Amino acid sequence: MTVLDIRAYRLRLPNTARPVLAGVDLTVGARETVALVGESGSGKSLTSRSVLGLLPAGAATEGTVRVGGDDVLTMTPEQLRRLRTGTAAMIFQDPRAAINPLRRLGDFLTESVRLNGGLSAEAATARATEMLDAVGLPASVLGRYPGQVSGGMLQRVMIAAALMGDPALILADEPTTALDVTSQAEVVALLGDLQERFGTGLLFVTHDLGLAAAIGDRVYVMYAGRIVETGPAEALFARPRHPYTAALLASTPRLDGPRGRLAAIEGRPPGLRDEPVGCPFALRCPLATSECTRQAPELLPVDGEPGRRTACHHSDRTGEATADA
Amino acid sequence: MRSPDLGAATRSKGEPPMRRTVLEVVGLHRAYGGVRAVDNVSFTLAEGRSLGIVGESGSGKTTTARIVVGLERADTGRVLVHRRDRTERRRGRVHRLARAREVQMVFQDPYLSLDPRTTVGAVLRETLRLHFPDADHPRRIAELLEQVGLGEREAGALPRQLSGGQRQRVAIARALAVEPAVLVLDEAVAALDVSVQAQILNLLADIREATGIGYLFITHDLGVVRCVTDDVIVMRHGRVVESGPTAEVLARPSHPYTRLLLDSVPGPGWDPRSIAAARRALSDSP
Repeated sequence: MTVLDIRAYRLRLPNTARPVLAGVDLTVGARETVALVGESGSGKSLTSRSVLGLLPAGAATEGTVRVGGDDVLTMTPEQLRRLRTGTAAMIFQDPRAAINPLRRLGDFLTESVRLNGGLSAEAATARATEMLDAVGLPASVLGRYPGQVSGGMLQRVMIAAALMGDPALILADEPTTALDVTSQAEVVALLGDLQERFGTGLLFVTHDLGLAAAIGDRVYVMYAGRIVETGPAEALFARPRHPYTAALLASTPRLDGPRGRLAAIEGRPPGLRDEPVGCPFALRCPLATSECTRQAPELLPVDGEPGRRTACHHSDRTGEATADA
Repeated sequence: MRSPDLGAATRSKGEPPMRRTVLEVVGLHRAYGGVRAVDNVSFTLAEGRSLGIVGESGSGKTTTARIVVGLERADTGRVLVHRRDRTERRRGRVHRLARAREVQMVFQDPYLSLDPRTTVGAVLRETLRLHFPDADHPRRIAELLEQVGLGEREAGALPRQLSGGQRQRVAIARALAVEPAVLVLDEAVAALDVSVQAQILNLLADIREATGIGYLFITHDLGVVRCVTDDVIVMRHGRVVESGPTAEVLARPSHPYTRLLLDSVPGPGWDPRSIAAARRALSDSP
């Protein structure tokens, strides 16, 4: 079953030369973990926020963003409220910025189900206690203030809060970026456990390729508002089919790669004021030909590799280029 | 600038080169209330070498760096640059400038460390005027900008008109302007995108090769440590739990905490559950 289905989704902002999202197709199934990878400005956060109908001012959209079959882009405010407190929930990067420091964590956890879920204060507290237990925290946390717990604990409180409405889909936007590496492992392990237990789909937005490879069933790679490559995590990282994915892997300092100089990608992604003709990566791409600057490649299936698609005119040559790097 | 990397030739033959010690840190202690933030930390850094300090938040790595730079005072212990003690605070402009020429720092967020109203060229000019009033400033500014891969166009720009990577290049150029013996980089590439981070790491490698400056590289990222440091110390709860050549420590960690840090780096075959268990086991032990 598909819990999230984004099709031909385009988003344009006022005073920009190119759409911020230029035709995104993405799905998340029940119990599935999907990683959405990209650098800043790629549109990955905007994509995940769109799922909750959190659009920037003046945004003009095309396409559909369906959660559990219903299109978020055409929802009424009342439907959106129900979506955000029930079907889908988001875990943000910085729990300290997302949780009101002046209110007890118990208030934070129970607020949405009391206001929108129709639960009594007592039932809401019981549910909050149960969810805290699910994330490995004692009920005493209910009476504490955000400033009284560690960052790792607060992120677990945020996960508990996301679970309160029994969502079918969890959106996690860089949920471990602000944490230490060892706490990161703990939070990821917890998300995996909860997903198994509650059967939720998880869209995990990250800039960390290693993390995406480690946790995703499937991975989408974004660049300049487009999905440039997608496929099963293992296959995608073993043999990238898009030069951007390959270059990103080569420029990541790794524990198992060669030491010394990194294969950096020269230049930087196109800004919102540049309208790229053709492939947005062409100017930085070692494989680019005149075809690439003329016509943008479509996201097409890769021959002989089920589930893999790439948007590159030279995807057949990409594997070789990586081997050389 | 300082004399070129003395070890470059000898290193290729695989012999340990003779290098002068530039930075010596001996028995640093610093407590905040009852918390020992830095607890008996010692290390040395030789000319042209790069030393990594690895640890998680609360390990004391940033406090150690700030004491080395002089932004924080140690309760006890000494910091020597070219055998001169930095910790005995001699007052006055001359001493302050001399201390600044010993150690410079590049912070994580260049947006916060650059004045938003000052152009790139003016930042460098101000620094040079302060430290080298008689030098040929326009020539030196052009030289510095070239060294960090910026051009004339960027010289006239304000920080907000630059990308994150370009701003970090400016911060590096400003630090290099005073020709320091040691450059302290505190999570200097942590806020950058991967592709830009690689550019800056390569730039730092080039600068070290060309100038023989010593790096003290504070980071939580073991991939970065492996890429840019020769030696590493691992800190936990204010103490050094392991130290040695980076390649050795990462290949054969002897302390369980180092092993936990290594296992925590996500990649193929990553097992967050066992890491979480190992973490709990370790935090129960002292």
